[in-house]
Amino acid sequence: MSRTVPALLRAQPDSQVQAIMGQVMLALIPATAFGLFLFGLPAVFLFAVTVLAALGFEAMCLSLAGKPVKSTLLDGSAVLTGWLLAMTLPPWAPWWIGVVGSGLAIVIGKQVFGGLGQNIFNPAMLARVALLVSFPLEMTTWANVAPPLSDGARGLFDSLAITFGASPVPDGMTGATMIGHIKTEFSQGHGLEHAYSAGDYDVVKSFLGWSRGSLGEKSSVLLLLGGLWMLRRKLITWHIPVSMLLTVSVLAGIFAFVDGDRYPGPLFHLFSGALMLGAFFIATDYVTSPSSQVGQLIFGAGCGLIVFVIRTWGGYPEGVGFAVLLMNAMTPTIDHYVRPRIYGRDRKGRPLDLPAGNDG
Amino acid sequence: MYILFAIISLTGMGLCLGFLLGAAARYLKVEANPLIEEIEALMPGSQCGQCGYPGCRPAAEALVAGEAPATLCPPGGRALAEQLANKLSIDLDLSDVEDQVPMVARVDESNCIGCTRCYKVCPTDALVGAPKQIHAVVADACIACAKCVDVCPTECLRIQPVKVTLRNWRWPNPEAAPAKAA
Amino acid sequence: MWPFAFTTFWSRPKIRGGVHPEPRKEATAGLSIDSDFPLPEKLYLSLQQHVGQPAEPVVRVGDRVRKGQLLAASQGNISAPVHAPTSGVVFDLMDYPAAHPSALPTPTLVLEPDGEDQWLDVLDATDPFSLSPEEISKRVGAAGIVGMGGAAFPSAVKLNLGRRNRIETLLINGGECEPYLTCDDRLMRERAADIVDGIRIMLRALECSRAIVGIEDNKPEAYAAMCEAAAPFAAAVEVALVPSLYPMGWDKQLIGYLTGKEVPADGRSADVGVLMHNVATAYAIQQAIRFGKPLISRVVTVSGKAVGTPRNVEAPIGTPLADLLAYCDLEPETATRYIMGGPMMGDVLPHPNVPLVKGACGILALTDAEVAASDAKACIRCSRCVAACPAGLMPLEMMTRIRAGQLESAVGYGLKDCISCGSCSYVCPSEIPLVQYFKYASSELIGRQQAQLKAEQTKRLAEEKQARIARYKAEQAALAAARRAKSQQRKAEEAA
Repeated sequence: MSRTVPALLRAQPDSQVQAIMGQVMLALIPATAFGLFLFGLPAVFLFAVTVLAALGFEAMCLSLAGKPVKSTLLDGSAVLTGWLLAMTLPPWAPWWIGVVGSGLAIVIGKQVFGGLGQNIFNPAMLARVALLVSFPLEMTTWANVAPPLSDGARGLFDSLAITFGASPVPDGMTGATMIGHIKTEFSQGHGLEHAYSAGDYDVVKSFLGWSRGSLGEKSSVLLLLGGLWMLRRKLITWHIPVSMLLTVSVLAGIFAFVDGDRYPGPLFHLFSGALMLGAFFIATDYVTSPSSQVGQLIFGAGCGLIVFVIRTWGGYPEGVGFAVLLMNAMTPTIDHYVRPRIYGRDRKGRPLDLPAGNDG
Repeated sequence: MYILFAIISLTGMGLCLGFLLGAAARYLKVEANPLIEEIEALMPGSQCGQCGYPGCRPAAEALVAGEAPATLCPPGGRALAEQLANKLSIDLDLSDVEDQVPMVARVDESNCIGCTRCYKVCPTDALVGAPKQIHAVVADACIACAKCVDVCPTECLRIQPVKVTLRNWRWPNPEAAPAKAA
Repeated sequence: MWPFAFTTFWSRPKIRGGVHPEPRKEATAGLSIDSDFPLPEKLYLSLQQHVGQPAEPVVRVGDRVRKGQLLAASQGNISAPVHAPTSGVVFDLMDYPAAHPSALPTPTLVLEPDGEDQWLDVLDATDPFSLSPEEISKRVGAAGIVGMGGAAFPSAVKLNLGRRNRIETLLINGGECEPYLTCDDRLMRERAADIVDGIRIMLRALECSRAIVGIEDNKPEAYAAMCEAAAPFAAAVEVALVPSLYPMGWDKQLIGYLTGKEVPADGRSADVGVLMHNVATAYAIQQAIRFGKPLISRVVTVSGKAVGTPRNVEAPIGTPLADLLAYCDLEPETATRYIMGGPMMGDVLPHPNVPLVKGACGILALTDAEVAASDAKACIRCSRCVAACPAGLMPLEMMTRIRAGQLESAVGYGLKDCISCGSCSYVCPSEIPLVQYFKYASSELIGRQQAQLKAEQTKRLAEEKQARIARYKAEQAALAAARRAKSQQRKAEEAA
C-alpha cells in the first residue's frame, strides 16, 4: 500500500512570500532612511517615483497578461524591485530616470520572462546597468551630502525642481564617488595616498556613509546590520554574502600587500560602493541565485571576483551591478553542475558501493 | 594582393570540404530509410488498424512521411506518442490523449455462445476459450482494439475502462487540480 | 567553553535537511493509553493491510469464529495473514472502502462481534529463548505482524532478510517525529518492559547481539522508562537520544545518526548491516511470541482540533475510523481534513468510513486553522526546499520539470530518491504542493513502465500469432500442393 499524501501543516505564517518580501524591506529601512536623510527631499521624491512606477508597470503587465493583479501586486516583489533600484540611483537624478528604470526592471527584467520567479537577471541590477549605459551623465552626477538644515539642503520648491524640473543639478553641488575619484586620480598618475587626501577619504566616514553616492552605497554599517538581521531571521543564508565579501577582501588584501600605493585595501573595498548592498540584498535575490549551498558559495565568490576586477582594472568605477548580472547568467549553469549529493549516491549520481563482506 | 589570396584560400577550403562531404555521402551511405523500420519497431505490431492504416508498417510510413500525428496509435497511448515524437523530432500535442483511460475488452458470460469467432480475430491471443464454451479475456494481453466486438454475433463483447484498484491507482497530477484560482 | 562546543559540533554525525514542524503533541502526550474502547457493531478487516499480496480468506460467510482465529491466510512470499480481533460471526465478504487516499472499495471481511470476546482455547505460548531463530520468524509471520510505524511491511520477511544478511545492529525507531502522534511515546512509557522483551526476542530471531533504541529528545519520560527497562540487558539493548527533527524517523536518517552508515541508493539498510523496526512492532512481536496473541489490536493516536477529547486508544483492527472518532467526541462540522498516520506523511482520507488497519499510527481530524489550504503561488526559487530535503534533492528543479511534463528529466534530478517526507512542501513559502508533484510523477512513471511492458508483451503475442498464421497457411498450401501433385500423378497413371 502506498502510504503518503502530505497534509501540509501550516508552516509559520512569516515564511510566506509576502512576509519574506516585507521583512527584506524592513531590513532595508534603516539604510534607506539614513540615505534619504543625507540627501534630503529630492532623494525622497525620486525614491517615491521609482517605487510607484514599479508598481504601476507591474500592474500594467499583469493586466495585459490576464493574471490576477491585486493579489500579485500585494506579494511585494514589485515594491522591493523598485526600492532596490531606487537605492542604486544617484539621489538627485531627475524623475524620468526612476520611471525608465522601473520600466526596464519590471517589464524587460521580469515580466517578459513570465513574472515572479522566472527571470534570469536581477531586475533592479538590469535596470541600473541599462540606465548607466544609456544615460551616463545623469547616472554619474552624484550630489554632495546635504542633510536637512545643512548648507546644501534644499527647500521644497528647489527639491521639486531638482527631481521634476528640467534644470540640472548645479556643478558646485556634485562630485565623484570615492571609487570614481580614485580611478580618476590613478588615470592621472597619482598614487593612492594622494588620491585619499585629495578625495577627503576617511574609513569611518565611509563606514558610516557620510559621502557622495547612491542611497544604497551609503551607510555600510546600517546595511550590514540589516543583512545580519536577515541572516538571523533565516531570510537569507550566509553563503552568498560571506563568500562575496570574503573574496573581495582577500583579493584586495593580497593586492594591497603587494603594492599598497596602487591598490586600496580590504576596508576601503568593503565599505565603499554598493558592495554591502550587493552582498546582502542584491546577490542574495532568490530567483537569480543558485539553489544549492555550494552553488551559492561559487556564485558569491564569482560576484566578489568580478567586483574586484571591475573596480581595479575596469572602465567603470563600480562593478557590483555588472558582477551580479554576469553571475546571474552563470546561475543556470551552476545549478546544472553543482547539485547537493543525493543520499546513497556519490557526487556523480551513481549509487554508493556496498560495503565489502556483505553480499546478501 | 591580399584579396586575391583570401579568395584563393577560401575557394580552396570550400572545394576541400565539398569533396569531403561528397565522399562521406558516397562511402557512408545508409541503404534504406531506417527511420521507418525504427518507427515500426516501436509500434505495438498487432496490426489492429485503429489508426486508420491497414497495419503498423503503413502507419509507420505515414508517420515518417508526416501524414499522421504522433498520437495516432490508441493502444500505444501517451508513452508511445512521446517516443514517436522524440524519434521524429516533432512537437507533440498531447491534448487528445491526455484524458484517455486504459480500456479492456470484457465478455458478458450470459450472452456468450462459444462461437470462437472473437478469438480467431484477436491479434494478441487475448481471448481464450473453446467451441461451445464461454470465452474469456486475458486482460494483460488485451489491447482494446475492438476487433472482437465487430465479429461477435451476440454483442456480448464490450470495450470498457480498466477497473481502478489499489494496484493500478495513480496519484493525480496537482497541476490538474484547481490549484490556481484565477 | 566554546572549544568544547566546537569539538562536539564537528564530531556529531551529520544530519541533512529536515524541518521543525510544531509538535502539537501536548493534547495526547500526557494521557495514558485508553483500553476501554467498546467493541464496534461491525469490524471491517481488509485483506490488504500490508505491502505485498492480499491475504486469502479461509473462513466462509456465516462461520462462527473465536478471538485470534485465522480469517485469511498469507499468499506468496510477501504477505500477512488476518486474524479475528474478537469472537463473532463472519457477516460478509464484500468490497469496502480501503484505508487509502483513494478509499477505493477493496475485498474486506466483515465480522459481527458477539460480545463474548472469547479467545481461542489454545494459545501457543512458549519461552521465546527456547525457540530457534527460524521458528521465531515463522511465528511472527503467522501472527500477521507488519511494520506498525506506517510502512506495513511484513515483519517476518524483514527478520529473515536481516538474518540472511547477518546484520550487526538492530535499530528500534522510537523517534515518532511526526506532529500530533504520541502512541509510540505512550507505549514506551507504559509498556517499556514488554518492548525491551520484544527487542530481545527480535535480536534472537536475527542472531544479532546489539540493539539501539532511538528516541527523540522531546520525549524524556519515554527515554527514562526505556532506559530503566533496558538496564538489566545493557550489553544488548542501548537506549539513545536523538535530536527532535523531522524526518528523524526516516530509517536512513536514524541509521546515519546512530551508526554513521549510509545506505547506498537501490540498496536496503540490511546491506550495511542494519535493520530497523518500530517500537510498536517490537511490542506486537513480544505479545505474539510470549502469549501467542496475533496482531488484532493496536494503539492509535486520535487527535486534531476537531476531536473533542484527543487520546491514545487501543482499538481492535477493523474498527471503522468514524466510530473511533465518535468515541473521541469528533466535531464533524469543524473537521475539514481526515488523515490516517501523521500529518506530514500520512494519507488524506476522503471520508472516515474506512477501517483501522495495522499500519495506522494516527487518526487526525484537522480543522481549517490547522492545515494550509491556500492556493499555490509562483515559485520564487528561494531554495528552502533544497535546504530542507533530507535526501539531498532539488525539489524546485524537479517540480518545474514535472510541470512541463518532462518526467524523465525529473528522474535525472533524483525523483526516484525522493522519500515523500513532505519537508519541501512544508517549508515552501509559495505553498506549492511539491511532494504531490513527486508522488504523481513517480506513480505516473510506474504506470508508463507497466504500459511499456504490456506493449512489449502484446507485441510479442501479436508477432507470434502472425507467424503462426503464416506457418499454418504455408503448411496448408504445401498440403494442397502435395494433394494436387498426387491427384495429377494419379490422373496421369490412370491415363497411362
